[in-house]
Amino acid sequence: MTPFSLAGPAFRPVAISFVPELGSADERVWGTLERAIDSALGARRSALGEQVRTFIKVIDLLARLRFGRGVHRLEPGQVGRLMGALERAPFRLIRRGVWGLRTLVLMGYYTQPEVVASLGYRADRAGWEARR
Amino acid sequence: MTAHRFDVVIVGSGAGGGTVAARLGELASQGRSVLVLERGPRFHDADFTGQELDMAGQLYADGGGFLTADGTMTLAFARGYGGSTIVYTGTSLVAPERVIREWNVPGLGPAEVAERSARYIGENSVHLLPDDLINENNRLFVEGAAKAGLHAEQFPLNLKGCRGSSLCNLGCPNAAKQGTNRVQLPAAERAGVTVVTRAEVIRLGERRLTVRVGARPPGGKGAESEWAPGNYEIEAGMVVLAAGAMGTPALLLGSGLTGLPARVGHGFTAHPALILVGEHTQPVVNDVGHPKSFFIDRAEADGFVLETCMYFPFVTAKNMTGFGAEHGAMLRAFSRLQMILVLACDHATADNRVTIDREGQPIVHYRFTDRVVESLARATRMAATIFFGAGALRVHAPLANPPFIERANAGMVDRLIGPEHFLPGVTSVSSAHLMGGAGMGSAAANSVTDSWGRVHGRPWLRVADASLFPDSVEINPYLTIMALADRVADGILSDLATGGSA
Repeated sequence: MTPFSLAGPAFRPVAISFVPELGSADERVWGTLERAIDSALGARRSALGEQVRTFIKVIDLLARLRFGRGVHRLEPGQVGRLMGALERAPFRLIRRGVWGLRTLVLMGYYTQPEVVASLGYRADRAGWEARR
Repeated sequence: MTAHRFDVVIVGSGAGGGTVAARLGELASQGRSVLVLERGPRFHDADFTGQELDMAGQLYADGGGFLTADGTMTLAFARGYGGSTIVYTGTSLVAPERVIREWNVPGLGPAEVAERSARYIGENSVHLLPDDLINENNRLFVEGAAKAGLHAEQFPLNLKGCRGSSLCNLGCPNAAKQGTNRVQLPAAERAGVTVVTRAEVIRLGERRLTVRVGARPPGGKGAESEWAPGNYEIEAGMVVLAAGAMGTPALLLGSGLTGLPARVGHGFTAHPALILVGEHTQPVVNDVGHPKSFFIDRAEADGFVLETCMYFPFVTAKNMTGFGAEHGAMLRAFSRLQMILVLACDHATADNRVTIDREGQPIVHYRFTDRVVESLARATRMAATIFFGAGALRVHAPLANPPFIERANAGMVDRLIGPEHFLPGVTSVSSAHLMGGAGMGSAAANSVTDSWGRVHGRPWLRVADASLFPDSVEINPYLTIMALADRVADGILSDLATGGSA
């Protein structure tokens, strides 16, 4: 199996700051999320995956500058505050990076059938017949 | 390299290309050769599973995540037999008279657009859904609007046997939506038009095209191409570009043709849109029934349109601002959500245009003007008022900071929502109405084609899609695309009958 392309200690804490439910997710949920992201990045232009990986390294570097340690050694609240600050950074490139990374995580999580069902979303091709 | 010759080659099979193909069926039945090249596959009915991740990756370019050059707006468009008519909701509105007059294209008037639209209203079974098929998400919009003193109009829809799957944007799983994949393209093929899918035009030359036909990728949906994988050189008596408002300008810009009008790629508009969510205390029937049944047209007065909508969990999550606990809590309330789409009626500007990269792929440059952002803010205020009027507990408004507005603050939406909270790269903006880039007009100095879609200076080369729009159409565009494509087809038939071009 191909290793997850965004692998590194900073990814999961950042992902949990986007979707707190991931804090209690098992490896099956993480595996599905990571495969979905890999698949999406694999289908896009080759530079995009590298840009996302680089951006995660930048987040980790900024964590070290601000808190003196890497993202994976921060409290969840600290990661959330860091990402919240970066989300509204004065530089559009940083804001775009946060938006893009968060979109990948949301895609990997909110398309999982168990998650979708847990939200109460029940769309069915049979439409009204399935409800009446 | 395999060589072919066709009398007419149509690039693209969506609302524009499909319409031209059907109209040129009479040529095919008379022995002329007509070819449609479609970049995407020919999907089987069983391919439409309704699974968001699965379908988005198969139907949409970049899985629905195609971004503008600065990454601040997502552009959604489909590839496949039927183009974006596979994934639209079938809303069928005739272009407003005012808009067609303001386009100021010599020879093209609102009466003709309305008359040609009527043809497709009939052909595509356009009608109003009966009351018992309107779901609660749509009813709440009407009720909330009425409480705010607003009148919501019902969308005419091109459906036949709609079962209410609510999955329109992922391809109708019940073959109910009457897109070109269901109506015009099958009719064209019955008349003898050849349709080749998985066929990407690599280069447009003087009366010729270089085409690459691909094989179905592992795990891919849809049929294999009608032609063997490989490269083809196609000689064409006439070429009709209907590859959409990004694809058509990109083909022109990347062509080997000299002396094309300088306006190619210019005039791109998109109806930038925000998705707004209102949370109710009680469950809302929102995931069954047609998702887009009503709208409020404020284009002329305020530069926006409000529409009902109901998106899938990931699209909803993506289009809400921010992340974290509050964001997640709103999504966990999915079964209690009401949704409204707000669209700004943007206008062509010098900044917004299509260019190409080194590989000839389109790049969309788009800057949000102050006017567009103000329209989005006005629209968001009205939508919030409608949500609260319908009884919402709280509203997620992307142009508020923080974006969540509680019911206790319903009277303060005018103050809480404003253009100053629009932050490119934070505010999720999307578009599915891509227009312009090869606009009609009177001369090469101010346009790319004439009112018959003929590219200035090249009568063998036509355009027949939304790229013809000289400016935003300010409503859902597909019926207008079909009306204009119908006109382009008439021009082709007339020119060929008199021995012109081909």
